[in-house]
Amino acid sequence: MTDVLVDAPAERGIGHAVRRGLSGVAQLWLLAVIVAVWEVWTRTAGSPSFPPPSQILKELWDLYFSGPADHFFLTEQARTDFAPSLKNLFTGWALAGVAGVVLGLAIGRFRVAGLIVLPPLHFLRSIPPPTLIPFLLAVLDIGTPLQVTTIVFGVVWPVLLNTIDGVRSVDRLQLETARVFGITGARRLFRVVLPSAAPKIFAGLRVSLGFALILMVISELVGFGQGIGAHIIDAQHSFEMTQMWAGIVLLGILGCLFNLVFHLVERWALAWHGAARRNR
Amino acid sequence: MLEITDLTHSYGDHTVLEKTSLTVPDGELVSIVGPSGCGKSTLLRCVAGLISPVGGRVVLDGTPIDGVPDGLAVVFQDYSRSLLPWLTVRDNVALPLRRRGGSKAERRAAAEEALSSVGLHGAGRRYPWQLSGGMQQRVAIARALAYRPSLLLMDEPFGSVDAQTREDLEDLVLKVHRDEGMTILLVTHDIDESVYVGDRVVVLGRDPGGIRAELEVKLPSPRDQISTRADPDFVRLRTEVSRLVRGAGALEVPSEAAAEPQKESEPREEDTEET
Repeated sequence: MTDVLVDAPAERGIGHAVRRGLSGVAQLWLLAVIVAVWEVWTRTAGSPSFPPPSQILKELWDLYFSGPADHFFLTEQARTDFAPSLKNLFTGWALAGVAGVVLGLAIGRFRVAGLIVLPPLHFLRSIPPPTLIPFLLAVLDIGTPLQVTTIVFGVVWPVLLNTIDGVRSVDRLQLETARVFGITGARRLFRVVLPSAAPKIFAGLRVSLGFALILMVISELVGFGQGIGAHIIDAQHSFEMTQMWAGIVLLGILGCLFNLVFHLVERWALAWHGAARRNR
Repeated sequence: MLEITDLTHSYGDHTVLEKTSLTVPDGELVSIVGPSGCGKSTLLRCVAGLISPVGGRVVLDGTPIDGVPDGLAVVFQDYSRSLLPWLTVRDNVALPLRRRGGSKAERRAAAEEALSSVGLHGAGRRYPWQLSGGMQQRVAIARALAYRPSLLLMDEPFGSVDAQTREDLEDLVLKVHRDEGMTILLVTHDIDESVYVGDRVVVLGRDPGGIRAELEVKLPSPRDQISTRADPDFVRLRTEVSRLVRGAGALEVPSEAAAEPQKESEPREEDTEET
């Protein structure tokens, strides 16, 4: 019997799940030890600049997550700090994502355009985005436009370069198949080129999301605006070290959360990719 | 009717096809066989309009081929790359049908029907990578069938499957040809296969690439993997083709050219196909 159906998950059985579970526990175990050492050390040292993690978590709780149930337990402070930060972050990331994919498709598709456009793009990419802030402060109002512009300029590059790479490395045979069967224009773009480039585009978007969080905070730290970063700098100015630490820990948690959600979305959207590679 | 006249093609200064002419009447199944590097895939790609030949012309039903002609489908050797892994089997088969018109439901029904005709009833919701190699190549054949081509090109379609699957797929091609009656050009390097499936066998040689011989295959139809292969006519034909292919690979070339070793860097079309 040669025509046997091969099911993707069959080879990833219980052993795999157990190993994954164990490695998860192992990671958490290390984290717990680090936090415990941190707690003991800061309590012994008693420095006001280094509050113990238990205090930081309590501060974080009181500041942001002790609100009423009908507001998802978010406090008033959480809404005033989170809303502008997350709005800027996701607006910037989304704009950069769209711009990166559209430009990347155009540049990747037309080789000559790529030859002309890529050198200046590589130069622009090499400029550290925060250095643009002094210039932007001069021409833009403090607040959303400045922050979103900073984020877009900083995070468009991974998406753009990965899209170019993805579009250029579409399998030749897939393109020939499209030609033979008269799949052209928009259908070719959406059914062949974009899906084929999707794994690379997603990789770019994931890197961009991390950068976007960094640039969001930087723009808030120097932009005298609102948001989590502004709260951190305000707390530092008023020597509220525990509140400052609460903001730092919160950003770490947000970073992990974004990564996790993105990972799940990517796994779902590119299910074919992982499975096809395993079965090849 | 497919008319190939004085077809010449070269990669760099390496001529793979020289002044090759071939006429295929409607409904004929022609096997093209030859040693590797003889230009058989190049010939097929010229007919498909995927490459423009350096010289000569290909005319399909009175229209010179310039770009991929409308009523043409191709089954490639490498099914795992030719099928799109992000589409289900049914969507892979239905994707080209947009060009043929009809509603989405009609296209899906046509896809299911084509899948049934290659023995893949009910596999439409699966993804290509969930199927075995032989089944994936069946999907590629179903995709070509649903497209209802008047000319079907098969480029070493069974080069990547095991022997048993290969025989099943050869019989599938014969059945498809009987049922649909389209013209089929099948490139292979398997001498037995060329005789078993072909109404006619065209033997190509290399350096320079071109047709060395054409042999009518007058074996009784329907053909059968056991009895046809035991038929004295089959044995005689396969011996003759075998001799021609071997001769085409080594002889009939000026001794000077034969002594010169093949340059590795030259893009022999067989190599570029199989990576």
